[in-house]
Amino acid sequence: MMDGKEYCEYVSKTAPKTSELKTLLPAFCIGGIICMIGQGFTDLYAYLLPEAEESMIGALTSMTMIFFGALLTGFGIYDKIGGIAGAGSIVPITGFANSIASPAMEFRKEGIIFGLMAKMFVIAGPVIVTGVVSSVIVGIIYTIVAAV
Amino acid sequence: MRKGKHTYLPEAGIYILNTCSIVGPNEGRGRFSSYYDQVLEDYDWDCKTHEKTEIKMHKFVIEQVIENSNLGRSDIDCIVGGDLLNQLVASTFAAREFEIPCLGVYSACASFGEALSVSSFLIGKGNMNNVICCTGSHFGAVERQFRYPLELGTQPAPSSQYTVTAAGSALLSVNYKEGVPCLTACTVGKIVDYHICDANNMGAAMAPAAADTILTHLKDTGRGEDYYDYIFTGDLGKYGRETLYYLCKKQGYDLGGCLNDCGALIYKDKQKDMQGGSGAGCLAAVFTAYIYKEMRAGNMKRVLLVPTGALLSKGSSLQGESIPGIAHAVAVEMV
Amino acid sequence: MEWWEYLIKYGKVFLVGGAVCLIGQILINRTKMTSARILVTFLVLGVVLEAVGVFEYIKEWGGAGITVPITGFGSSLAKGAIDGSKISLFHAVTFGLASVSAGLTAAIVFGFLVALIFKSKPKKL
Repeated sequence: MMDGKEYCEYVSKTAPKTSELKTLLPAFCIGGIICMIGQGFTDLYAYLLPEAEESMIGALTSMTMIFFGALLTGFGIYDKIGGIAGAGSIVPITGFANSIASPAMEFRKEGIIFGLMAKMFVIAGPVIVTGVVSSVIVGIIYTIVAAV
Repeated sequence: MRKGKHTYLPEAGIYILNTCSIVGPNEGRGRFSSYYDQVLEDYDWDCKTHEKTEIKMHKFVIEQVIENSNLGRSDIDCIVGGDLLNQLVASTFAAREFEIPCLGVYSACASFGEALSVSSFLIGKGNMNNVICCTGSHFGAVERQFRYPLELGTQPAPSSQYTVTAAGSALLSVNYKEGVPCLTACTVGKIVDYHICDANNMGAAMAPAAADTILTHLKDTGRGEDYYDYIFTGDLGKYGRETLYYLCKKQGYDLGGCLNDCGALIYKDKQKDMQGGSGAGCLAAVFTAYIYKEMRAGNMKRVLLVPTGALLSKGSSLQGESIPGIAHAVAVEMV
Repeated sequence: MEWWEYLIKYGKVFLVGGAVCLIGQILINRTKMTSARILVTFLVLGVVLEAVGVFEYIKEWGGAGITVPITGFGSSLAKGAIDGSKISLFHAVTFGLASVSAGLTAAIVFGFLVALIFKSKPKKL
């Protein structure tokens, strides 16, 4: 019989591969379309609230996109989009909303506290931790640089 | 009676009196749709959670298999059950209603093979008369335990498989009945690890174990590669089947004519199942529905069942462990 | 703005947003990364781009193409921290999270509400 190393080489040579064209093209198109929708909301809010600052318009856009991401997850549509788009629907902020809403829905069965609330961040938790830690690092570096 | 290294032949005849199968909607649209005893219309079956649905499915197949035989509940000596959930909550919880002694088995997706082997040891040595083997899996319950929430928008890898929603049960007995298949040999499989680490390519992880068990079985029994009409592996999938064929060919056994895989067959080609189905219910449902009925109809005479299992948990793969495979071979023949 | 100016603007958004997702898909295809890792990677990318000052230029050209992907979330975090560092060390370490509080609140509340209402279902094959 062949040994493990030889077998692993055989498998990595013969295993079915992801078709590049079939995944890259939908990822590009759907990712681009989601961003265009985001731009649409930005322009809409800028038109409706001419007094608001840019950061508030940005925050409102994020919130709207997150709302639709969570809602489509609830209706069971987002994972169908994800099946076609791959990274095209993971990388936009709607994908972040999906990664929070989907475990919350899934673990709702174990109760609201230990299921829904406790398991809400099983996928998005690392994102929030990385974000906060890296922003603290950036803040400290900038403070040191400014002091020097 | 022991034969060769790891093969055991029962000393008494073991007859498979009856079977029952239940599958989910996707499997119901699959290749063997007309063979199943019951096809669910949705994944809930009026239950609050998919785990409860799986328990209900187990209960259904146990109940039906007893009902369809002439036996009463008190005649059943044992239920040997298995599933993929932590602590075997589906099969054991289903058995709590029956007041029948219960044994739980776990070999991941090869559980049906282990259940049949254990039952053959229990019956073959004259300890028990009637034993029910039952295993199953539910897509919704398995997915959240081993992979991701159902609604997470991810792309399935092309080498991955789709866990079937299905349960199957078989009633094994010492009592002779005309025209039913007979369990004639069991080969207990070794755990074989070729250091495949990709949890999305279970077929490749399990194929070496299947090859090892099949070749051990053939050598132990002295049967040639053309002895069996069909060899059904459990859930290697389309790619895993090719890999198994390649591994056996390298050892000098050409199984091309008889090698089939339940996972690769359970769905129709147009269903987007990637490499096919997997799960403890895969071979259980295909055997109890398709293979058993075809055998009774006289279309198959000698069949070797080789359910295959990939042993992993979510934690073990995160801890960098590879995925060992296991396979048990059970010969079912018309005599 | 004329209609063709909008066309160019949205075309740019499409190109930049598509390109960001394309990089994500290449990473998935080549390295078998899971979605949590993809999100973390792009978030860190956003933080780094903002910290070195490149993000502003991409945003000027591509608009929502770079802010709607999770890189925008990272950039807000870093931007908050940078703004805070101009005041004091305390503000430098706390302003990051404060600047994304809108997005986080929305994600938690909408996630919570959706989970109360809907139930996850297996898909048809």
